[in-house]
Amino acid sequence: MSAITLYIPGDTTAASLGADRVAQRLASECRDRGLEVAIVRNGSRGAFWLEPLLEIDAGGKRIAYGPVQLEDIPQLLDDGMLAGSTRPPQCLGPVEDIPFLKQQQRLTFARQGLVDPLSVASYRAHGGLAGLGHALGMTPQAIVDEITESGLRGRGGAAFPTGIKWQTVLNTDAAQKYIVCNADEGDSGTYSDRMLMEGDPMSLLEGMIIAGLAVGATRGYIYLREEYPRAGRMLQQAMNALREAGYLGERIGGSGHRFELELRIGAGAYICGEETALLESLEGRRGMVRVKPPLPAIQGLFGQPTVVNNVISLATVPVILERGGAFYRDFGMGRSRGTLPFQLAGNIARGGLVELAFGATLRELLYDFGGGSRSGRPLRAVQVGGPLGAYLPEAQWDTPLDYEAFAAMGAMLGHGGIVAFDDSVDLREQARFAMEFCAEESCGKCTPCRIGSIRGVEVIDQLAADPEGNLALLEELCETMTDGSLCAMGGMTPYPVLSAVRHFPEDFTAERESDDSRESV
Amino acid sequence: MENAAYIAERVRNIADGQRDLPGALLPILHAVQDALGFIPEAAIPIIAEVLNLSRAEVHGVVSFYHHFRRQLPGQHIVQICRAESCQAVGARALEAEARAQLGIDYHQTTADRCITLEPVYCLGNCACSPAVRVNDEIHGLMDAAKLSALLAALRSQVVEVR
Ligand SMILES: Cc1cc2nc3c(=O)[nH]c(=O)nc-3n(C[C@H](O)[C@H](O)[C@H](O)COP(=O)(O)O)c2cc1C
Ligand code: SF4
Ligand code: FES
Repeated sequence: MSAITLYIPGDTTAASLGADRVAQRLASECRDRGLEVAIVRNGSRGAFWLEPLLEIDAGGKRIAYGPVQLEDIPQLLDDGMLAGSTRPPQCLGPVEDIPFLKQQQRLTFARQGLVDPLSVASYRAHGGLAGLGHALGMTPQAIVDEITESGLRGRGGAAFPTGIKWQTVLNTDAAQKYIVCNADEGDSGTYSDRMLMEGDPMSLLEGMIIAGLAVGATRGYIYLREEYPRAGRMLQQAMNALREAGYLGERIGGSGHRFELELRIGAGAYICGEETALLESLEGRRGMVRVKPPLPAIQGLFGQPTVVNNVISLATVPVILERGGAFYRDFGMGRSRGTLPFQLAGNIARGGLVELAFGATLRELLYDFGGGSRSGRPLRAVQVGGPLGAYLPEAQWDTPLDYEAFAAMGAMLGHGGIVAFDDSVDLREQARFAMEFCAEESCGKCTPCRIGSIRGVEVIDQLAADPEGNLALLEELCETMTDGSLCAMGGMTPYPVLSAVRHFPEDFTAERESDDSRESV
Repeated sequence: MENAAYIAERVRNIADGQRDLPGALLPILHAVQDALGFIPEAAIPIIAEVLNLSRAEVHGVVSFYHHFRRQLPGQHIVQICRAESCQAVGARALEAEARAQLGIDYHQTTADRCITLEPVYCLGNCACSPAVRVNDEIHGLMDAAKLSALLAALRSQVVEVR
């Protein structure tokens, strides 16, 4: 009898809800019953409110069960889960028919959940390495052209066109060039990098290898934040598997090209997500932001031409090379081409990853996908784009999710994190935290950022004494930070602060009786 | 027990083993902390010497990064996520709860040396906030009751061990 294959995510969030224990218990329970099962720790599909979500391969169809608790396991087995029975109340039917997943447009995350993250054979069976296969037969310029044609813009936050960056590195002569993957994912409300590295790490590695071919770089580094220990283990194992299969090291894929890759771990500094601070950190120094120019594309790591790209940017490269730049470009709107994996977070009933073409609205994400607040109270504010992103009131939730449309209203999409707050939120507290976070994480190079943020906290704390005067002071302070900061840390902390003041003025004027419950650390 | 000669030898071995990596300082500091639990003061001159850096440079790097600890932590490190997604579903109350239950503030260790409490800014678990990290394990959908149970379990383990 051939073993039945069971899929249980090895993803951090699934594990944070008990997936590891469920996998262990299932293995032992099946052993006790003399049932032969093979358990694959796949990536999460991204419907996290259903985790731990198990899948059974029933005649080529994946049947889902979730959320599964430890104590449900004997009954699930009694009820024929291993045969794909629909009897258990946890049965969700075929996984791809779950509306939250069915309504997505998955390009970067197409393999997520389907593939065995650590198996090269499984990766290949799901279309992996096809993009690299094409790239190996192309000239460097043709690869760069394909990326330029796709319209891909950096998914790390700044949305800079990836093709232009690669072209600059290709055009710069040097004996050694580098590909650096920014896996620092420090923004609150974002986890798409983590999911991809845990669920389909080979996509990222393949993207880096292709980037190396495109610009003539033979060495790559992944700079991974320390807060992601599971992603680190998965990446390391995936690298080993690809190396063994002949895709890392010398003669990749049997070609004359080589590419070496190394994983480096950060050390808990938000600013090291900024690309030049990241390079400083990789070189063994404090994460101090560098003055640009020179651009990293011309003088980056160890002074050499360097592509620095976000995890999602790089992991999107294989599908572009596989299906062509034009295919990718056909998704999206305006100058925002392709898809963005949005991440629903905070006070949301159905938290999870939603990959969609640009152009949908926040309201669709919050309600059609997210199901409204988790608390059941009305949603009041949404922070988009991480800690440097604006707080948006309901009046702005119909704006299309598009880089330019967001910029036009003083907001940003950033890395696609969407943090929902219900009506118990105090926007003054949120504005204060934005300043506090900036003070805590500033690299210290610019006075407006380093000192201005500390002043910002004080001014917000003193609002009650003289609301009008202090609000004016706060606006002035924000202006100084915007104008006098070298990078977006100091330059954009005013976004969350001023958006809170503008859109939720009542939180800044009314006397709040909960004053002493506010913590300051 | 802390043994100066042991620490010096351990640090030197680690530093010598990785000195040739490009940008070796962070990998060395990680390895030292993984081996000893923290970066002892005595490690700094040794690392500086091996990498041909000044003590001030190594010192500057150690103090820049939140992850590197200058003091021996407790047996378990408990980190409470303070960032926005977790704030949206009760992280502020959870922080207060952790402090009150343990009777310590951030960056402090309980008297029984069982738990060191630290803040953290996002664990990538924001779909199921609030999040708490215990050593390398992350726990989602936390609330006061779950946190209490978690902390109690950690503290009862210590009693058994000793
Ligand atoms: C304060 C700050 C933090 C940042 N954090 C990240 C991060 O965690 N991950 C990331 O990919 N980019 C981050 N960025 C953007 C990077 O500087 C850079 O634009 C990006 O790595 C380029 O890759 P991309 O073009 O593929 O997005 C940050 C920028 C700033 C100013
Ligand atoms: S704005 Fe802040 S974080 Fe950015 S370079 Fe200046 S001091 Fe450093
Ligand atoms: S904000 Fe707490 S896990 Fe992301």
